[in-house]
Amino acid sequence: MRLVRTGSVVASITLAMTACAGDNDTADGDREITFWDTADPENEAPAFEEQIREFEEEHDIIVNHQTVPFDETQDMFKTAAESGEDAPDVLRSEVAWTAEFASLGLLAELDDTPALHNPDDFLEGPYSSTQYDGSTYAVPQVTDSLALLYNRDLLAEAGYEDPPETMAELTEVAISVSEDTDATGLYLNPEGYFLLPFLYAHGADLLDDQAEAVTVNEPAAVSGLEDVLDLIADGGAVEPDLAEGYDNMQGAFRDGDAAMILNGPWAIGDLMGGPQFEDDPDNLGVAALEAGAPVGGHNYAAYAGSADLDAAHEFIAFMASADTQQAISEELGLLPSRASVYEADGVADHEIISAFEPVMEAAQPRPWIPEAGQLFEPLDQAYEEALIGESTPQEALDDVAEAYQGFLPDWE
Amino acid sequence: MRATSTAAAGRPADEETPPSSGASAVAMDAPVQGHRGPMGPLRRFLRHHWYAWALTSPVIIVMGVLIGFPFLRGLYLSVTNATEQNIGRTIGENEIPATYEFVGAANYLEILAGDIGNFWPRLVWTVVWTVVCVAAHFGIGLALAILLNRHIRLRGLYRVLMIVPWALPPFVSAFIWRYLLNGQYGVFNAALTNLGLPAVPWLNDPTIAKVSVILVNVWLGVPFMMLALLGGLQSISRELYEAARVDGASPWQQFRHITLPGLSAVAAPVVLIGTIWTFNQFPVIFLVSGGGPGDSTELLVTYAFRLAFEGIGDYGASSAYGMLILGLLLVMAVIYQRALKRGGQAW
Repeated sequence: MRLVRTGSVVASITLAMTACAGDNDTADGDREITFWDTADPENEAPAFEEQIREFEEEHDIIVNHQTVPFDETQDMFKTAAESGEDAPDVLRSEVAWTAEFASLGLLAELDDTPALHNPDDFLEGPYSSTQYDGSTYAVPQVTDSLALLYNRDLLAEAGYEDPPETMAELTEVAISVSEDTDATGLYLNPEGYFLLPFLYAHGADLLDDQAEAVTVNEPAAVSGLEDVLDLIADGGAVEPDLAEGYDNMQGAFRDGDAAMILNGPWAIGDLMGGPQFEDDPDNLGVAALEAGAPVGGHNYAAYAGSADLDAAHEFIAFMASADTQQAISEELGLLPSRASVYEADGVADHEIISAFEPVMEAAQPRPWIPEAGQLFEPLDQAYEEALIGESTPQEALDDVAEAYQGFLPDWE
Repeated sequence: MRATSTAAAGRPADEETPPSSGASAVAMDAPVQGHRGPMGPLRRFLRHHWYAWALTSPVIIVMGVLIGFPFLRGLYLSVTNATEQNIGRTIGENEIPATYEFVGAANYLEILAGDIGNFWPRLVWTVVWTVVCVAAHFGIGLALAILLNRHIRLRGLYRVLMIVPWALPPFVSAFIWRYLLNGQYGVFNAALTNLGLPAVPWLNDPTIAKVSVILVNVWLGVPFMMLALLGGLQSISRELYEAARVDGASPWQQFRHITLPGLSAVAAPVVLIGTIWTFNQFPVIFLVSGGGPGDSTELLVTYAFRLAFEGIGDYGASSAYGMLILGLLLVMAVIYQRALKRGGQAW
């Protein structure tokens, strides 16, 4: 009796499996592509999902939309793409990764394909990040930069109606807020990317790509890092949590525990859901930093080994089109990569997008070299070591310079 | 048909019965089956053991594919300057030729000289981590095992509860611990500040972060040790304890002279396994502290991972790191086994 039952279970499982396999094979010509999306799964991905559904209906291509964690995607994509297993057809590639992926031969060239539609419309900064070795390897999705985000009520409580304009003023305001209110002035995310505005304020940068020189340990850069340490030592900024820096920064600002943070347009959706801004969106102020912040953003790139590159091209063209960008910018306040979209209805008068206009004007270009994606790994570690006092700012940045020399051997 | 197969199967066993050296066995075989000609040692070997080989071959093949091939590949890469950029591959239309070359022991020398990742300080921390963790696993595991070996109420329930840390997937526990240890919003610091105590920088201070990750790993590793030792305890005969009590042995003497020696058969292998696991403990470090602050909690194995999979992966140096880790563990295992033998399996 039992044997019979087991036999029938096995048989039905086998049947089910063949049925499944059959399904995949005979899905009467339906084309399917996978899209790896690094957008915030809670606040951003649903808006993209809506556009993807529209694309599916129009093109009869099924898009397997997977949200992947931004921090890990650079390594995840390389591993998947190099092994040829489970790599996506289309990837949302951060601007600094694109040249690296292209130099490794992982991306398909998009010049003269339907993916690259009306390229003259793209803003110059984002578009330049898609170029490697004279060819186009991606299509810009959004652009962004870091701004000073501030809590108007808390600044007013400390007696400031206007946000600080220079780093010196930022320090002053931060310390006053810490002293005069229950909140701390500033919460700085302990990651190298978020340190850059402080270096820029001193006229420093990681590299000088014109002169092909590593400049990260020059005195100006060291002063920038020292400013940050002073801010923390003087009580203007919270001593950041090194393991959960970004999330704690967002949490502190949402809850009103910190009056100011540095973050980009992608963070606004998350912040608006917090107790300080939910009922009073105007309480959130956006201001440009003294010498700006790095230009960031994301591109759509196609995997060179994709089984259906044509579908990938159609998908990229649709997602990077002016209509799609307009819809997404309207809903999320992300900054479009096409110049024409800024004039469109719902975007031209969008509060977040207009607030970020001066921020983008002040933003500083970054070198789009294949090594650009590796610049932050050593900087993150050195920044942490300086924060915990393991090394002095000079020692920390010397370590970074040494690491940079390792992968830029011909640079000064 | 049936008779012949039984006879064929029976013969090897018959031949094996006199335990004799290879040469004399051949000599004895030859006259008996003269018409078939003399058997070579290989054929005789296969004839004697074909059944065992047939049974183990799937395992051997799978092991060869899963362990042997990657091992040899790693060994080869460790003497080359292979990186992600020069390893050579074809993806779609893009073809990148392989341009890496043999560099001899250069990777090993650079690592040992401290040029690639601070090898020696990292080794010291890895050894400290392993010794502290395994000692705590064993000590706490043994104490709990002895406790749960007694007849107490709800013993079954306790036993199940104790296994929970082990039953959870490590990444789940790692994220729970991260949440507990969070500097500003963590449960531990919330509790401390509510009690009016200062918050502790659990993962922000190099020394405290080391203590924190050890704490997490002890929590994770104790159940396995406890379970293994509980099994060992249950295999010790009650009569030994009764006899000891009759002779007036104190509880300590019973523990020292009955429990510990009785456990050694179980304890020796689990301590060895525990050491190897802890030495190569990846998820706890990678997911709880991320190797930070700075690189203060980075183990050899997490660093080797970073070398291979972060930035432009340095496969040569990473493989060399892997080989060095393997070498260290082999040396450790050999010394451990010898020490055990010399001490007559006693502690």
